[in-house]
Amino acid sequence: MNRPFFALPALALLAACGSSGGNEAANSSGAQITGAGSTFVYPVLSAWAADYRNQNGTAVNYQSIGSGGGIAQVEAGTVDFGATDQPLQSDELAKNNLAQFPVIVGGIVPVVNIAGVDAGKLKLTGPILADIYQGKIKNWNDPAIVRLNPGVNLPSAAIAAVHRSDGSGTTFNFTHYLSQVSPAWKAGPGEGKTVNWTGGVGGKGNEGVAGYVKQLPNSLGYVEYAYVVQNKMSYALVQNAAGQFVAPSADSFAAAAGTADWKNAQDFNLVMTNAPGANAYPIAASTFILVPKQPKDKAKSNAVIAFFKYAIEKGQGQATKLDYVPLPADLVKQIEDYISQNVK
Amino acid sequence: MAIRASRRIADVVAFVFATAATAFGLVWLTWILWMTFRQGAAALTPSLFTQMTPPPGSSGGIFNALYGSAVMILLAVVIGTPVGVAAGTYLAEHGRHTRLAAAVSFINDILLSAPSIVIGLFIYELVVRRAGHFSGFAGALSLAIILLPIVVRTTQESLLLIPDTMREAGFALGLPRWRVTRQILYKAAMSAILTGILLGIARIAGETAPLLFTALNNQFWSANLNAPLANLPVVIFQYAMSPYDEWHTLAWAGAFVLTAFVLLLNILVRLIARKGKQG
Amino acid sequence: MNATAAKILEAPRPKKSGAGADRTFELITSGAAWFVLVLLAGIALSMAWGGRLAFKTFGWRFITSPDWDAVGGHFGALVPIYGTLVTSAIALIIAVPVSIGIALFLTDIAPRWTRGPIAIAIELLAAIPSIIYGMWGLFVFAPFMAAHVEPWLSDHLGGKAVIGPLFSGPPIGIGMLTAGIVLGIMVIPFIAAVAREVFSAVPAPLRESAVALGSTRWEVLRHVTLPYTRSAMIGAIFLGLGRALGETMAVTFVLGNAHDLSASLLMPSNSIAAAIANEFTEADTDLYRSSLIALGFLLFVVTFMVLSIAKLLLLRVNKQMGRTH
Repeated sequence: MNRPFFALPALALLAACGSSGGNEAANSSGAQITGAGSTFVYPVLSAWAADYRNQNGTAVNYQSIGSGGGIAQVEAGTVDFGATDQPLQSDELAKNNLAQFPVIVGGIVPVVNIAGVDAGKLKLTGPILADIYQGKIKNWNDPAIVRLNPGVNLPSAAIAAVHRSDGSGTTFNFTHYLSQVSPAWKAGPGEGKTVNWTGGVGGKGNEGVAGYVKQLPNSLGYVEYAYVVQNKMSYALVQNAAGQFVAPSADSFAAAAGTADWKNAQDFNLVMTNAPGANAYPIAASTFILVPKQPKDKAKSNAVIAFFKYAIEKGQGQATKLDYVPLPADLVKQIEDYISQNVK
Repeated sequence: MAIRASRRIADVVAFVFATAATAFGLVWLTWILWMTFRQGAAALTPSLFTQMTPPPGSSGGIFNALYGSAVMILLAVVIGTPVGVAAGTYLAEHGRHTRLAAAVSFINDILLSAPSIVIGLFIYELVVRRAGHFSGFAGALSLAIILLPIVVRTTQESLLLIPDTMREAGFALGLPRWRVTRQILYKAAMSAILTGILLGIARIAGETAPLLFTALNNQFWSANLNAPLANLPVVIFQYAMSPYDEWHTLAWAGAFVLTAFVLLLNILVRLIARKGKQG
Repeated sequence: MNATAAKILEAPRPKKSGAGADRTFELITSGAAWFVLVLLAGIALSMAWGGRLAFKTFGWRFITSPDWDAVGGHFGALVPIYGTLVTSAIALIIAVPVSIGIALFLTDIAPRWTRGPIAIAIELLAAIPSIIYGMWGLFVFAPFMAAHVEPWLSDHLGGKAVIGPLFSGPPIGIGMLTAGIVLGIMVIPFIAAVAREVFSAVPAPLRESAVALGSTRWEVLRHVTLPYTRSAMIGAIFLGLGRALGETMAVTFVLGNAHDLSASLLMPSNSIAAAIANEFTEADTDLYRSSLIALGFLLFVVTFMVLSIAKLLLLRVNKQMGRTH
């Protein structure tokens, strides 16, 4: 074959293998750490990663593929850290030699796409949500919903319920909440990172659910609040354990998180849905980071720990901008002690 | 004698249906291309080619994705072309009437239309699982496997188009077979083989499914083939399925670039083919 | 025999190095040819191997079970198989008549100077990457279906007997019908290309004698062209089917990823390729991953059989037309 023909791709190949650094920031080529998992935390994690990269050049390459995927990847060792909204039990952590700690608190909010219904105008309860997702309530003008929303113009259209198609910690927290408030749900689909959904559309990640709800008329979904804010979506209020319809915000999430008893949670294994309190948002949740206890690559492990230390100590600004709740100081101390004890 | 009315009606119906069917096909083509270009052109800015893929909520470009795709396509061509040309040569030359060639030709055509996601799974099992991580190299391998049957087929067909008299002339001059193939046949079939490679590039440029679990994606600039590598199709997939408007814009821009690239390749192929026929 | 005669007789034989290089060349080319076979075998084997856990755990129930429970560990291929078959069927129902119509148009009706450009335009449909079809499907076509087509369908046909259940449900735009239509458009150029080639290969005397006997265009198509090209047309249909079965990206965008068995075409569902694409990177247990690979194995086996049938039919046609390869 003509030799020049192969020279060009071969040169390109050599060039590609040779260079490994970045060029768009002023910083020289820094370390790269990989992570995967929760889409719940992705908006604030990517903001932290961008700031951190500007600060010291380390690139945090995070794949937002759902809590299930994050757990699988970190257990298989194909990423340096995993992120999950469903905390692992201590025995599973021990089996895979993983350490677990929370980094942020946020809220899960039902989003709707109904013509004429603005953000915060629609009121729903946990049992109604459970019935909608079980297919028992089919249309928006069902008497149960109308009763709760006297002034709202609800169409007679069928509800297109969007759920998660991937293994999701957001789904876990949402279904955990539904199991707490609806016996029919608990006996039926139950709770988990994925459940047996009846009907509806499956979106991939929080992004996919938000994307579908934005696209499909008369749809309903459940997403982390940052996605609502970033995409200016219309959300519904949910009735909390005290009977109040609380609007989602950093304050109502903080009110729910404030009732959590972190001190007595082994490996921080704690779920905070249906929290008591007049101002508590009913579906608040935290994201947990999983790291290997005895990492093979010490440099990478140190880089991961350094990044999350930065996140929980200095990342409050980015968190509050997106209406997440940064962790209180004593929890930060508890986490840092845990890390220095467990991650060698 | 006049034709019975029902026969005439049937004929008119067929005429109308055939015309409508063609219009049907052309309408979809126009609709798809028009929407892609309209949405994509609105998103075309120079920053597309200079900035990296941004986190949600900020603007950016797709340079790392374009680079990653280009590198993987190039690597796939480097890996797939020699094997494909060699296999095609066997089918057309040494093995022309053997059972092996018949079997290989058959299997090759099946591979040509095989689901690309299965090839992605294969490379995942073979390479990603063993290595323990995703890599641009695995992505390039899966693209090479998709490219291979195209190159084999094109090489075989273009070599078979060369009349045997050329081969006999070479043998008559005392040339060994490999020289005949290399210096006479390849030269004669060069433009045809090249068009095959270009069509193959057009095909693998748009392949998403095999890259989903081989190269994965990378939001930062990276030229490291031994790690997840950004690439255009997966970026389009991820951004299109997201709710962020900035990401949607970038997805349309990426779709525009990809479609324009593929169409240009197709036009290039036709120009080369026409020049080949004239020469 | 004198020396010069011997020299002349010896001359045409290749030199020793030529023979060695020839053998090497033959080894390389035949090795590459064997590689193609090994590759296919490797793909089949690795799929079977990866899916063995699922097949061992579920047995034949894997194919008949509609469950898809990642938490409880019950996986069944029925819903993805169903979605794949339904969308492919819709695709063929659209693509086959349209392709025959296009072939008829290009061989019989269109003015000669337009045939080239129109044929190129139809072929461009095949060149558009499937992810573009997917994006266009999600952002342009699905809303169109949801706003204009599906409400009409569920209002007018949703209540009828027999076909009613096929068209009931909320008009969300994404679902089996939309996915089937998009697949059909994607498959048109493949079937149309073969159809056009074999239509124009019908021997002129055959067609002309039919016309001389007074046949209309439709009658030539029905009584001469189609019967003559029957093998090729069936081969082309199988080729289109093979493509439709394996298509991933176009379907993933507009099918809805719902592991639900529903009679209505307006409802979302799942296909084998879309299920694998959506869930593989998140499969967190060995059984989950194995089930997805088992799905891939099923898809591979089915497309292999379909494409083999297509290839055999088209080979027979090539023989008919006098081609030797």
